[in-house]
Amino acid sequence: MDALMLSRLQFAAATAFHFIFVPLTLGLSVLIACMETAFVRTGKEVYRRMAQFWGKLFLVNFALGVVTGITLEFQFGTNWAGYSAYVGDIFGSLLAIEATAAFFLESTFIGVWHFGWNRLSPRAHMIAAWCVAGASNLSAVWIIIANGFMQNPLGYVLRNGRAELDDFMAVVTNPFAWQQFMHTILGGFCVAAFFVLGISAWHLYRKSEADFFGRSFRLGATLAVVASVLIATQGHWHGNHVAELQPAKLAAMESHWETQKGAPMYLLQIPGEDGNKLEALPIPGLLSLLAFNDPGAEVVGLNDIPEDQRPPVVITFLSFRGMVGIGTVMILLAGFAWLRRNNIENYPWFLKILPFAIPLPYLAMQFGWAVAEVGRQPWIVYGLMKTSQAVSRVTAGQVAFSLIVMSALYTLLGIAGIWLMVRIAKQGPVEGH
Amino acid sequence: MESTHMILATVWFLLWGVLWAVYFILDGFDLGVGTLMPFLAKNEADKRMMYNTTGPFWDGNEVWLISAGGVTFAAFPLAYAQMFSGLYTALMLLLFSLILRGVSFELRSKVDSDGWKKIWDACQFLGSLLPSVLLGVAFANIFQGLPLDETGLNQANLFQLLNPYGLAGGVLFTAMFVTHGALWLAIRATGEIRERGINVATRMWPALVVLTVLFLAYSAVATQLFGNYFKNPLLFAVLFIPVGGLVLMRVYMGAAKWWFAWGASCAYIGGTALFGVIGLFPAIIPSNPNPGNSLTIMNSASSPLTLKIMLGVALVFVPIVILYQIWAYKTFAHPVKDEDMLY
Repeated sequence: MDALMLSRLQFAAATAFHFIFVPLTLGLSVLIACMETAFVRTGKEVYRRMAQFWGKLFLVNFALGVVTGITLEFQFGTNWAGYSAYVGDIFGSLLAIEATAAFFLESTFIGVWHFGWNRLSPRAHMIAAWCVAGASNLSAVWIIIANGFMQNPLGYVLRNGRAELDDFMAVVTNPFAWQQFMHTILGGFCVAAFFVLGISAWHLYRKSEADFFGRSFRLGATLAVVASVLIATQGHWHGNHVAELQPAKLAAMESHWETQKGAPMYLLQIPGEDGNKLEALPIPGLLSLLAFNDPGAEVVGLNDIPEDQRPPVVITFLSFRGMVGIGTVMILLAGFAWLRRNNIENYPWFLKILPFAIPLPYLAMQFGWAVAEVGRQPWIVYGLMKTSQAVSRVTAGQVAFSLIVMSALYTLLGIAGIWLMVRIAKQGPVEGH
Repeated sequence: MESTHMILATVWFLLWGVLWAVYFILDGFDLGVGTLMPFLAKNEADKRMMYNTTGPFWDGNEVWLISAGGVTFAAFPLAYAQMFSGLYTALMLLLFSLILRGVSFELRSKVDSDGWKKIWDACQFLGSLLPSVLLGVAFANIFQGLPLDETGLNQANLFQLLNPYGLAGGVLFTAMFVTHGALWLAIRATGEIRERGINVATRMWPALVVLTVLFLAYSAVATQLFGNYFKNPLLFAVLFIPVGGLVLMRVYMGAAKWWFAWGASCAYIGGTALFGVIGLFPAIIPSNPNPGNSLTIMNSASSPLTLKIMLGVALVFVPIVILYQIWAYKTFAHPVKDEDMLY
């Protein structure tokens, strides 16, 4: 394999791994801040204990999220020097703003939060929790605005052999980025909600700490139902945006080959890289309807997209279906949990299922990123720069070495981190840290 | 390059230098404490004491590295691309060390098993020592110039970086950070660890003086760093910061004023970094042996608009960051007690 393919693999692995930990941070930080707020308002000790217990899981998760994030910043320079030099004027400044405006706040206050239980008043401690929650989500804003530029480049001019900033507001208000941001944040809330639901259900089933986990469960159920319904609705608009701005990605998501008006969706479809292997049971006009809110709209097919500009079809198609399918299951589970939140102990079979649902939103998010990033190929910046032009002139050996070390390291860290979180989760709330 | 663009680029070059200096000052002491861990800690209580002296701060400190990297990317994208791809393997090693070190804080304390703790202690030590050495080696090599050719491709590999001057940089950085960390132990640790920290700082000081003088002399031979200073002798005044810091460090150590001694060490580290950065100007990465291929603020800066917007962002947010970080330091400045032992 050459340095390009290895770098792509490395970046995919680094992002996917980072993205196991980040989504939980987004949602769980907000839940913990809510628990602390409840503690300050009601003075009930149970809320403080809740914040501490979920906070302990948060810290382990946070540590893995932070350290794997550094890898991504490094990789733009180490592996994608062509990219960095070409769009650094815009992309680099967004990353720098993220560090200055959000990441500093998050990293400083996570230390304050962790070490501040005995040093700060409950109110000051609550403020620290909100700083962490706000900063985590603000980080996501800037990172996704940066990614949004790769998806739908705006506000630049081509000058001095690179993309230079021309209109900062256009970059920051990129509608594609904001749709992506909403989708990602809601996904993060789903991850946190199912995480809290699953662990609470495990304890409720064993009847340990019924009050503690009952409250946690209700909080999780409310967030789960709101976030999972909203993400589906918002996902539809996001899809409309993709249809409009990235026709090749849409065509790959649906493995849609012939440009046509009133495009159908097939109930049975086996995709391939050069045409569908099977298409059966069409529902007329459904694809046009979903993509453009008009059953007669024209949908561009892959056959009308030059071969060297088509994304990998099978991965994109399957990832999209994986994401949507899991999303549907999540809505059903969240709905039931919310409807029965006050007497959930009467449904032990459901409590037994929920811990197994914890991975679902994680998987959905991984699939979602695959759709977004694989579906954008062969472009690294849509329509502007190809991934193959972006790679550093490093040797395949260097990349292979770091890929191997990174994979080994991440595997071990992943195992250690997840094992530890399972252990803490099962142990339940204990006094001290 | 037109004049406003030039001024903006110069301002960003100075800010770039300041960011690296602040990063060395802040992460320097927690890297130093991590490096000292196996030498100073005799038992579990000692280790926990050491972990908890830096516990509330290390994460916020490390963000200065992310910012320094981010600013290189944003203000001088071409230099970022060349520096990071050119120093590929060295930076990967730095990255892996920082990863292992970062998680060691959080994971170590969560399981009560000797084997588990030993693994993370090893990560903490290597993850502190390696970045100190690697940063020193990397910067010394930048001071010296990297072999850039006309296409800009930098063919330096890890072993070429380990040349005598590069290694001298590694040794100096490690010594600076270890002393800095030892002084931090004098401030925040209690009991025997504090005494051992004081002992290390006192013994390291003369070594630091010798290393600094040697490094300056070596720099005069191996680099062009003094060029700007001879062109404009007023600049030599900058040397008062590191030299003054070094002298005051000893004075305050003698008077047992540990906060002041640590502050002097901050001035020494920051001043040393600034000395190098000013010597580099206007290059960010000088090319050696072909100075014509150097990456300078002229050929690698971002557009004037980006530099302006970034400056606005920096002027608003950096003071805020500094304020809340000072507040955080004040909140946790007290010597570590039992109730502060969270790791």
